[in-house]
Amino acid sequence: MTDTLSEHADPTLHKGEPLIQMTDVGKSYGAIRALSGINLQVGAGEVTCVLGDNGAGKSTLIKIMSGLHGHTEGTLKVDGEEVHFGSPREALDHGIATVYQDLAVVGLMEVWRNFFLGSELKAGNWPLAPMKIKEMREIADTELKKMGITVKDINQPIGTLSGGQRQCVAIARAVYFGARVLILDEPTAALGVKQSGVVLKYTAAARDAGLGVVFITHNPHHAYLVGNHFIILKLGQRVLDKKRSEVTLEELTAEMAGGRELAELSHELQSTQR
Amino acid sequence: MSQSLSKTPPGGSGGQPPASSGSAATAPPTKAPTPLMTRLLGRPEIGAFLAAVVIYLFFFIVAPPFREASSFSTVLYASSQVGIVAVAVGMLMIGGEFDLSAGVASITYGLTAALMCYQLSVNMWLGVIVSLLLALFIGFINGFLVQRTGIPSFLITLGTFFILQGANLGVTKLLTGSVATKNVSDIEGFASAKAIFASSFDIGGVSVKITVVWWLLFVAIASWILTRTRIGNWIFAVGGNAASARAVGVPVNKVKIGLFMGVGVMAWFYGMHLLFAFNTIQAGQGVGQEFIYIIAAVVGGTLLTGGFGSAIGTAIGAFIFGMVTQGIVYAGWDPNWFKAFLGVMLLLAVAVNLYVKKLSSTRKA
Repeated sequence: MTDTLSEHADPTLHKGEPLIQMTDVGKSYGAIRALSGINLQVGAGEVTCVLGDNGAGKSTLIKIMSGLHGHTEGTLKVDGEEVHFGSPREALDHGIATVYQDLAVVGLMEVWRNFFLGSELKAGNWPLAPMKIKEMREIADTELKKMGITVKDINQPIGTLSGGQRQCVAIARAVYFGARVLILDEPTAALGVKQSGVVLKYTAAARDAGLGVVFITHNPHHAYLVGNHFIILKLGQRVLDKKRSEVTLEELTAEMAGGRELAELSHELQSTQR
Repeated sequence: MSQSLSKTPPGGSGGQPPASSGSAATAPPTKAPTPLMTRLLGRPEIGAFLAAVVIYLFFFIVAPPFREASSFSTVLYASSQVGIVAVAVGMLMIGGEFDLSAGVASITYGLTAALMCYQLSVNMWLGVIVSLLLALFIGFINGFLVQRTGIPSFLITLGTFFILQGANLGVTKLLTGSVATKNVSDIEGFASAKAIFASSFDIGGVSVKITVVWWLLFVAIASWILTRTRIGNWIFAVGGNAASARAVGVPVNKVKIGLFMGVGVMAWFYGMHLLFAFNTIQAGQGVGQEFIYIIAAVVGGTLLTGGFGSAIGTAIGAFIFGMVTQGIVYAGWDPNWFKAFLGVMLLLAVAVNLYVKKLSSTRKA
């Protein structure tokens, strides 16, 4: 599966090369400041983990990178060029693909239709030209097989696959269509241990194929398995920003669980007990 | 890490099969064994098709006049009158939206053509074209408002429905003093337009209305669009999961506005048929028709929530409608029972749809 990922990955990617650079990026929804002062760099061949509790600003951060919402402060650079996305299509054209937790795929549509959704192969250029259905089926089938995703029937609705498989199809699709930066939004949140393992393997494979990966999660254990760089958000602000070499899993877990606040709380609880 | 990755393929393939064989072990007894059977059951129109066969046989047995070829032609005509607009409404519903204005809109377009040509004494074809432009415009407005405001299309088009219903009567009364347009059959271009929209021809001594041909053609085109083209893929996607479709670059708003405009065009076509078949349009007509279109689509296997359905299913839904309206007459029953039957069909269809959706979205691999 690593082979297939590197086969399709952009050959111009070099490890460590910055793909996305955010400087003091912020976002306000009217009077509400959802995110402020975010500095973040996504390098090729690296996994940048963004951790945070509910409401920490993770979703806002993804939405800025994936083109769903424009940022209101700071600068966003892709390949060194300043950009301001107006739609997901623009982000996709810059090679930034997002795989969402619960809306990665259209459940009632066949696996192959999902695989090619938005990038269908057409046999002509006129509006109602037929799609190359046979070819699309074959490509989807062989690509998924090569990546180790066993689907009983490429024509079955994708909703009949397990959650982990659906995430993997979505990741495989993004890579096949030339994504250079992969944003994974809580890919393991709804999954069991085994399914999470499958998704984490793909995450690592995408990284080793030279892609820049942004891994959004609230699970520090999953993040630490694949991450090169960790950022923790709290109430729209960055509270931790460390490389893998500078931080331990215990530190991450403690910070995620509330860190100092938790210590204070335990102190208070103990004093009331007495 | 590269070491652990080189171990991945055997690990991955070793990790998968137990999970799939585990579910496979429980699946076969409940699921159909052959893929063909499964695929057939997964078709949206299968329930409607079986219902159509049963209803046909039923009327064939109880109503002797139903067996004649000319009766079948009448059934097809009744079906086409519903089916032409229903096919577009069905596509819109697959795209996850409703249009409650589709019934009265037909009357609006018929009135527009009739009033304009009569009052201004211009060629009939000018009225036909102007009303088509109006249809595209109203369809666009419906879609645009739904996308811009985020208000459910059910409410937006309910508004359009009342606006058009009121305007139909108000404008007609203002211009003609009555609630019907004057006879337009003397106006230049009427004959050629009638040939297109409301003529009939003979097949083996049986007179067939031209709307039947148009209906079948529109169903074929819609079926092509839905199953074979990229736009069809997008229609299913925006109805099944709009956010997901948007994330992979599908122009969700454009697709939905296009679908509303499609309903506009089909409603216009039916309005033209009414005008050229009867030479005049009653301004109060069309109310309630919108639900018949929706019922035809739902009976044909279209999910009310969008993302699933077919053009052929909607056509079968319209055919069931045609069979029952005419069958009740041929059987000599009180036609008032028809509405009751319609309600029963709708409930049955919704139940079958729910079952099919469950079947096709449960894990099996």
